[in-house]
Amino acid sequence: MTPLLNVKDLRAYYGQVQALHGLSFSLNEGSLVTLLGANGAGKTTTLRAICNMVRSTGGVEFEGKPLNNRSTESIVRFGIAHVPQGRGTFTNMTVEENLQLGAITRKDRAGIVSDIERMYAHFPVLKQRHTQQAGTLSGGEQQMLAVARALMLRPRLMLLDEPSFGLAPLVVRDLFGILGKINREDKVSILVVEQNAQLALELADQAYVIETGRIVMSGKAKDIANNEEIRKSYLGY
Amino acid sequence: MELFTNQVLAGIATGAIYACMALAVVMIYQAIDHLNFAQGEMAMFSTFISWQLMQWGVSYWAAFLITLAFSFVAGIAIERILFKPLVKAPVLTNVAGFIALFAIINSSAGLIWDFTIKQYPTPFGSAPFLGSQLISTHQAGMIGVTVALLLALYFFFQYTRIGLAMRAAASVPESARLVGINTSWMIALGWGMATAIGSIAGMLIAPVVFLEPNMMGGVLIYGFAAAVLGGLSSPFGAVVGGFLVGVFENLAGTYIPGVGNELKLPIALALIISVLVVKPAGLFGRHIVKRV
Repeated sequence: MTPLLNVKDLRAYYGQVQALHGLSFSLNEGSLVTLLGANGAGKTTTLRAICNMVRSTGGVEFEGKPLNNRSTESIVRFGIAHVPQGRGTFTNMTVEENLQLGAITRKDRAGIVSDIERMYAHFPVLKQRHTQQAGTLSGGEQQMLAVARALMLRPRLMLLDEPSFGLAPLVVRDLFGILGKINREDKVSILVVEQNAQLALELADQAYVIETGRIVMSGKAKDIANNEEIRKSYLGY
Repeated sequence: MELFTNQVLAGIATGAIYACMALAVVMIYQAIDHLNFAQGEMAMFSTFISWQLMQWGVSYWAAFLITLAFSFVAGIAIERILFKPLVKAPVLTNVAGFIALFAIINSSAGLIWDFTIKQYPTPFGSAPFLGSQLISTHQAGMIGVTVALLLALYFFFQYTRIGLAMRAAASVPESARLVGINTSWMIALGWGMATAIGSIAGMLIAPVVFLEPNMMGGVLIYGFAAAVLGGLSSPFGAVVGGFLVGVFENLAGTYIPGVGNELKLPIALALIISVLVVKPAGLFGRHIVKRV
């Protein structure tokens, strides 16, 4: 079976600085994969390179189709939704407009309307605030909105960059619960980048550990979580 | 009292033109973070096109519509050819680009149509409006067309998907790309619309200031004053600023001794400086905090 996402020998550059040094990994349809690593290891860069937001070389294939020379906005049309670090909220627009923007590439108006209702069912707090400016939402609510906005695409694959960042532990639990549900029930494959390794390993099927732009470890999330040596040397808990 | 009312209404009428110019300036500013110094010249050139069409026997409103379409396409072309390559260039390069554009359009208009002043017709006539001496039918027409334009723009940006996409691309370009919006084309579209709006301002003011290659110089400065007063980050503010500047200019010209018609223009400049000193974000603008 060909993997949904296949990354081969990915190298990325910020100006003269090389941030990724030949990274390879893959993600199967329906799975939930996490990329772990310390600050500056290259996790965010990996996600940005998949969506062609940084200069990179190497192969990124989605269902066997190369993504390398496509623009960020056209990659979205493959059904890849990227929730960036900092959530990327359209702060001066309403919550509902943010959701509509998530579906801006879709043509089925009726489907969009019913999906907005579906998001309100997933995240009741967004319904309460649907006419409010998104910038007035709390951090947790904005993260919910970012995930909901990504889901409005009806994505095949969702890329999440540190969804737990800056959120209270209880909110993080909630959010990860919802992500697991989306993965199981809506069959959305998820690639999540996290610093909160413990939580991410509980959620994921498969895990990769990145250090200074290289994959140094990979395996089933369970095995990595149970391996004390790896945990101590790479994940810091 | 009648003088006062008269001046206020006349101010609202010219203010409508400033509002259009300010709106055009703000739309481009929102899209690319630069002030388009050539906005006035682009409007002037469009106005000449409509005049030329009428010389060839096209009726006023047909010429008006053809000019709108021409301006829209020309705006997109200017963005694609000149400013798209400058997207990542420093501010001064862009400023040089705008000045070049200004000079090129100004002299081409002079070359094609020469620098003599031309009469420009009004479809509204210049009789007293509704039998009142306060305002002429042309002034009422200027206000009417502007209000209709503003309402149309409001509905476009608030209730259409492409309007939503354009707002998204202007406010958070990176996120806009991540939901699949082609931000580069949204900028081009913004240029097209801004140029069309500017052409409306040009065609409405031409009967008042007469048609010649330098006709929009003063108007654009008032437009800048309006945009700065309302806040460069707020299209709504730009419109309000336009009307305020129009009224203010007229009242100052009438009541402040020594100002008169000749010194009206420095008032706009003084207004720009005062706003920048006292409230740099303008009346309705947002303070933009940048992390460094």
